[in-house]
Amino acid sequence: MAIIERPTPVLDIPALPAAPPAITPSRTFGALKRPVASTGWKSWLFTVDHKKIGLMYGATALFFFIVGGLEAVLIRLQLAAPEGKVLNADLYNQMFTMHATTMVFLFVMPMAAGFANYFIPLQIGARDVAFPRINAFGFWCFLGGGIVINLAWFLGGAADGGWFMYAPNSGPVFSPSNGIDFWALGLQIAGIASLTGAINLIVTVLNMRAPGMSLMKMPVFTWLVTVVQFLLLFAIPVITVALFLLTFQRSFGAQFFDVAAGADPLLWQHLFWIFGHPEVYVLILPSFGIVSEVLPVFSRKPLFGYPFVVFSGAAIGFVGWGVWAHHMFASGLGPVSVAVFSVATMAIAVPTGVKIINWTLTMWGGKLVFSTAMKFAVGLILLFTIGGLSGVTHSVAPSDTQQTDTYYIVAHFHYVLFGGSVFGLFAGFYYWWPKMFGKLLNERLGSLNFWFMVIGMNLTFGPMHILGLQGQPRRMYQWTEARAGEGFFNIAFWNLVASIGSLVLAVGILFFLINIVVTARSKVRAPLDPWNARSLEWMTSNPPKEHNFDSIPKVDHLDEFFHRKYEEDPVTHTMREVATAEQVLAELERNADPHIHMPSPSYWPLVLAVGLPVVALGVIYSTMVAIVGGFIMLYAIYGWALEPATAVASDFDTPSTNGHAVSTTHG
Amino acid sequence: MAETTTHDAHVSSTGLSNVKLGMWLFLGSECLLFGGLISTYMLYRGRVSDGPTPEQIYDIPFTSVSSFVLLMSSLTMVLAVSAAQKKDDRGINLWLTTTALLGATFVGGQVYEFTAFYNEGLGFSTSLFGSSFYTLTGFHGVHVTVGIIMLLALVAINKRSSVPGSKSETVEMIGLYWHFVDIVWIIIFTLVYLIPV
Repeated sequence: MAIIERPTPVLDIPALPAAPPAITPSRTFGALKRPVASTGWKSWLFTVDHKKIGLMYGATALFFFIVGGLEAVLIRLQLAAPEGKVLNADLYNQMFTMHATTMVFLFVMPMAAGFANYFIPLQIGARDVAFPRINAFGFWCFLGGGIVINLAWFLGGAADGGWFMYAPNSGPVFSPSNGIDFWALGLQIAGIASLTGAINLIVTVLNMRAPGMSLMKMPVFTWLVTVVQFLLLFAIPVITVALFLLTFQRSFGAQFFDVAAGADPLLWQHLFWIFGHPEVYVLILPSFGIVSEVLPVFSRKPLFGYPFVVFSGAAIGFVGWGVWAHHMFASGLGPVSVAVFSVATMAIAVPTGVKIINWTLTMWGGKLVFSTAMKFAVGLILLFTIGGLSGVTHSVAPSDTQQTDTYYIVAHFHYVLFGGSVFGLFAGFYYWWPKMFGKLLNERLGSLNFWFMVIGMNLTFGPMHILGLQGQPRRMYQWTEARAGEGFFNIAFWNLVASIGSLVLAVGILFFLINIVVTARSKVRAPLDPWNARSLEWMTSNPPKEHNFDSIPKVDHLDEFFHRKYEEDPVTHTMREVATAEQVLAELERNADPHIHMPSPSYWPLVLAVGLPVVALGVIYSTMVAIVGGFIMLYAIYGWALEPATAVASDFDTPSTNGHAVSTTHG
Repeated sequence: MAETTTHDAHVSSTGLSNVKLGMWLFLGSECLLFGGLISTYMLYRGRVSDGPTPEQIYDIPFTSVSSFVLLMSSLTMVLAVSAAQKKDDRGINLWLTTTALLGATFVGGQVYEFTAFYNEGLGFSTSLFGSSFYTLTGFHGVHVTVGIIMLLALVAINKRSSVPGSKSETVEMIGLYWHFVDIVWIIIFTLVYLIPV
């Protein structure tokens, strides 16, 4: 149905409106009529609402986070003692491959996509994204891709070549199961989600900002996520090529990575890391954006040097393309390449350092409020800096040659990815939970959540620096007592510490899950503006209405919401409150747009996305299945093309005009 | 759209429509896709194992003719866009169909060429040259085929007068895609066929 809502005031919660008269669709697009459910599971399955899609991204990513976490715990249990017997070598290979794949592609990326989906339209004062149906299609592709990758566990074993899947280990000789086929095709499908999401969000940010919101008045989260979308836009096609070449080799007899046929073993490495290094910034920049929102709010100060944070973020986006070969220093690139990439890698530490300085100076002299969100944000600054410093040691090529493929590398990227990306996402959970669900996460449980995670993460990954410098290699499924060394550097002791740390970490995550349940059961509603926040997403109800804003705000300032609540006193030059959040919101409601047009739900994104895993299974097992999948997709594309994004009255029988929330007449 | 200008959310900040901006971004992304495939081909084109070499099998005059046909389809595509801006439905259908036919001629030429190469001993798994040649030109051929399907589908939908949204913009978007695919072919033709190994 065409959802045309008349704004309703939220402050005095109105009685539930009488159910609108049943509306039935009359026109078919392909063979399916318009979906009409506005409640229940159907309203989620066929939704094109960016907030619902954001929540579905988040929930699915959280599930995969737990899966990936359990894989990590199994890895640590295997390595806790010499000659580990928990996993055999084959299963261990699958475990570390899937742990990394799951955490990178199925947790951090989609969780950031979930936050981006939910908050970018709200932060720029828009009612939805530019392409709502493509947005829904992206989510279903991500889910389908995640399922295909993990399906391999049940169909002969998961991928086992490491998340970077170097040749020749990715070839049929060294990996005869179908795991890598599932992996390549599943990532291909998940890549569609990233690509369509990138186009969608860039267009949304460039085209749909509220009046007055120039680029340099956009919230930093929106800015940094936009940089991420440009990285994805140009990095995803490169991994697409690499994955196609791999699939063609494994399924159709091509020779791209077959060294015996004269192939260049470095081709895969170059393609993978040209994608893979921008990908690193894809993983970290959304979290940088989140803490850049959280720190000013809980320091009661504007972000220090907003333009520097923005431009250093953009600089990371550019320089991030020129450092990929630092992953390949040990592969014999030649001295000139090594020198160039070494220097570029040192250079990229500068814009990152700029951000650390900005965050620190944002807190300097502020009235700090150590809520859980703030604790995670400060945790990110400290832990990411440790990871950043060990990263700089990798940029020195001779030193890196010693560190390559040791636990020192594992220590580094877990400090930046867990201490950085994941801590940023957790700051986002605690900061935005009341906005998304109307309830505050419990701060006491939050504190336990934080401290267990901080202590667990340092116990787990801190010792890996020592293990790595002692020479313990990555991806070895066992280590032996005989070669463990002695004294302070005894790797048996530090391996045990790391494994205990991983359990502490798991308890920390458990506190978060308990917190979600406790909060969901709690009846206490969050205040409208619980954190005294600064940006536009807080200038609407908790959770936001389907149309986000009753009237689109006109933006005059960076931190527009703050400047509506506070004005500078001309005498004392301090900020004094001139309006409460409730008053600001009431002002928007008074000027509400009389009719608001929202895009209509659609079946086609889901139908189209269902076709993709069918094609993938067909490529692996039988061409006939692939053809069936192709027809499903063709059918969906035609249905989609014929269906207008916003339903018109003739799509339905007896258009209703007397309902509270539904009318199909044009304002 | 004129009737939506009262709703602020529909006014675009850049002045470009969402669809057009999205299409440009997509084409930017496609550059990297073909960049990766072309790089792979350039790396492997001299590695022929026991199979035929590029010089032995390429039929430059034949491919030049089919390239010319493809480039002419860009001209007819422009005429279709021009007809759409003049709201000339007959012109739209005529030129879109002509473009599709020229594109189909090109794809037919490619099928003929692949068959001929295969008969001369260059299979997909004969050599690295074979694998990378068929992958690169095959990806381009699939792009042209998708374009043909879009063109013919648009003609069919247009005959039923049920094109959702702005018709001239829809024609223009397919035009952008079509020109992009043609430009990629110019690069492929030069690098693959004309420059000797």
